[in-house]
Amino acid sequence: MDITAESVVFLILSALTLGSGLLVVTSRNLFHAALYLMLSLFGVAGLFALLTAPFLAFVQVTVYIGAIAILIIFAIMLTPQVTRTNARNTQWVGAVVVAVVFFAVMVSVLTPLMDDLGADDWSADFSEEDPDDVPGTSLADLGEQLVDPDYYMLPFEVASVLLMAALIGAALMVSPAIADDPETETGDDESGG
Amino acid sequence: MIDFLKDIGFSHDLAVLVAKSLGVFVVGGFGLLWTLLGIWLERKLAGRFQDRLGPNRVGPVGLVQSIADTVKIIIKEDIVPEGADRWVFNIAPVLSVMAVILIWAVIPFGPGLVGVDLSVGVGYIVAVGSLGAIAVVMAGWSSNNKFALLGAFRSVAQLISYEVPMVLALLVPVLLAGSMRLQVIIEQQYIMYLLAIPMTVFIFLTSSQAELGRGPFDLLEAESEIVAGFHIEYSGMKFGMFYVGEFLHAFTVGVLTSVFFLGGWRFFGLEDLIVILGLPVIGFLALIFKSLLAYIFLIWVRMTLPRLRIDQLLNLNWKFLVPLSLINLLVVAFVWKLIPDTDEIDSFGDAFWPSVALLVANIAMFVGMSVVLRERGRRERARIEALRGPVDDPGMGTNAVPAGTGD
Amino acid sequence: MLSDYGPVAVLLLISVVVGFLVLFMSRLFGPYRPTARKLAPYESGMQPYGQAIRRIPVKFYRVAVLFILFDIEVIFFLPWAVIFRDLGLYGLAVMGVFFFVLTAGFVYEWKLGGLEWD
Repeated sequence: MDITAESVVFLILSALTLGSGLLVVTSRNLFHAALYLMLSLFGVAGLFALLTAPFLAFVQVTVYIGAIAILIIFAIMLTPQVTRTNARNTQWVGAVVVAVVFFAVMVSVLTPLMDDLGADDWSADFSEEDPDDVPGTSLADLGEQLVDPDYYMLPFEVASVLLMAALIGAALMVSPAIADDPETETGDDESGG
Repeated sequence: MIDFLKDIGFSHDLAVLVAKSLGVFVVGGFGLLWTLLGIWLERKLAGRFQDRLGPNRVGPVGLVQSIADTVKIIIKEDIVPEGADRWVFNIAPVLSVMAVILIWAVIPFGPGLVGVDLSVGVGYIVAVGSLGAIAVVMAGWSSNNKFALLGAFRSVAQLISYEVPMVLALLVPVLLAGSMRLQVIIEQQYIMYLLAIPMTVFIFLTSSQAELGRGPFDLLEAESEIVAGFHIEYSGMKFGMFYVGEFLHAFTVGVLTSVFFLGGWRFFGLEDLIVILGLPVIGFLALIFKSLLAYIFLIWVRMTLPRLRIDQLLNLNWKFLVPLSLINLLVVAFVWKLIPDTDEIDSFGDAFWPSVALLVANIAMFVGMSVVLRERGRRERARIEALRGPVDDPGMGTNAVPAGTGD
Repeated sequence: MLSDYGPVAVLLLISVVVGFLVLFMSRLFGPYRPTARKLAPYESGMQPYGQAIRRIPVKFYRVAVLFILFDIEVIFFLPWAVIFRDLGLYGLAVMGVFFFVLTAGFVYEWKLGGLEWD
């Protein structure tokens, strides 16, 4: 593999993604872990941009960094443990096993697909001269396929049902009948720890 | 420029990259210089709105005031409070400025005069804008201060809530222009979108003002509640960075308004001269002129309207702006489909009748909105009067904003 | 391709370098005389008590959930809006179904009081 500008950028972004990913799981401080997660997701967005998929990069930043990471921080701020650091992780052995198994599954699923896509091996080739050939690059194609019954129309409509279920869930989550008075939870019951 | 770089041995791609980067560098430098002048303008205007003079001591009509302030703020003591998370505390102000400056990479200053005309330009602006909320959370969390934390979470709730109507409003120009490229959106404005879809402009400006935390949405300035919000512990230049970030963001909103709704670098046919005379500066001046108009309008709003409470603020968003922007999007899409031959807009004539139809639909929507709001306002007044007796304040019943708000 | 993002990278670099440079200048030129009082968190002149980092009310979390849902909805709208001109009434109908299912959820949430702040 030749050293091109693309491969240098690829290596930097991969290092950023993996390095901050590692820091997410090793960080003792939950808030820091959330910030590292954002950095890691940002690296992934950069990889999408490198693969000439700017729409995916935009979705990655908007949804994952701008919304889900913020939601994670809000969730951390709801936990009783928020005032202290997460001293140790007692389940890391299980986590390592799950991660390795998941990685093996991903490789075994993706390797046969590589042939279908016309890629010979795992070495990345960024010297593609015509980015229009890359599937999913064109926003217009994506828009057309979203409403095309032969492509994604059904999943698209089902997604709306999923989102509606989530909306109703959000409503029930803090329904007055279920939730306690939230103001009282901000008292000093946890600040002594 | 590119030829010169090629002569001294650069490859073509690299030469283009360097030339573009230099252009961006100039834009960045311009932005920072403009900040100094713009802050003076804003303070001067704010002074006039409040029947006072504004800065007038340093230099002629106080023009050098901002530079004096910069020097002063740099030689201030840099305090990091005890127990603060030092790294996060220092990164937050830089991130807040970065989230604004990055937007300028896609702003078109003229035909072909743009840092990068991304195919997802609108999406890029939304994505970069959402980074600002992270800076706020980082600042509030790392300050080791109760008020900073509460202020940060209030701010973030405000920022993310108002992002929804803002993006829904930005969808409308995308829908009309058929592209997310900012250049295409400008080129398609044979009639500026302000005249066709004023309701969308209203939604965009309102939600942008809330994103800025200014005007009627400056909750953090409510000193008696949360002191100064997420940047209470920041002093000296670090506070200055938040201030500059807020100012630049405000002006950027003006620029975005002029790009999306006022026709960007177009100026009533003057843009043809850009190509004929080869003077891109005309487009640049037109853009800055329109941006200043939008920006001054936002200052006007800021200085005129009284502040909302947090519950009113979120109700205004979820119960008024979000439904309104959803209806607005649907109405615009429907009207656009009702008119034949709207898949190609290539001239003023093509754009005329669709714009008229959209304007009529917008006026109808405005009338409908007013009727609903008046009805809600009356009901709210009746409810409050039943609780507290007759209300003397003539503004109470007609206060259109927090429909359905109770305390 | 990659060189498209050059200006973005340059602006990123400028803002980070200038940002930290300015902070460094502040350290260089400013005085540094910390005292215990000066470093204490500011609580309107009162003695700070208890932990500064504390749990927040769950209503903030609900706002974040609402935001995510609408964010995703808007992202589905975007490719559709780009192609909208060429789609005809059929495209409008497909998006209409999507839209009304979500609006039903939104109205339900509103009626249930899920949008109330207090």
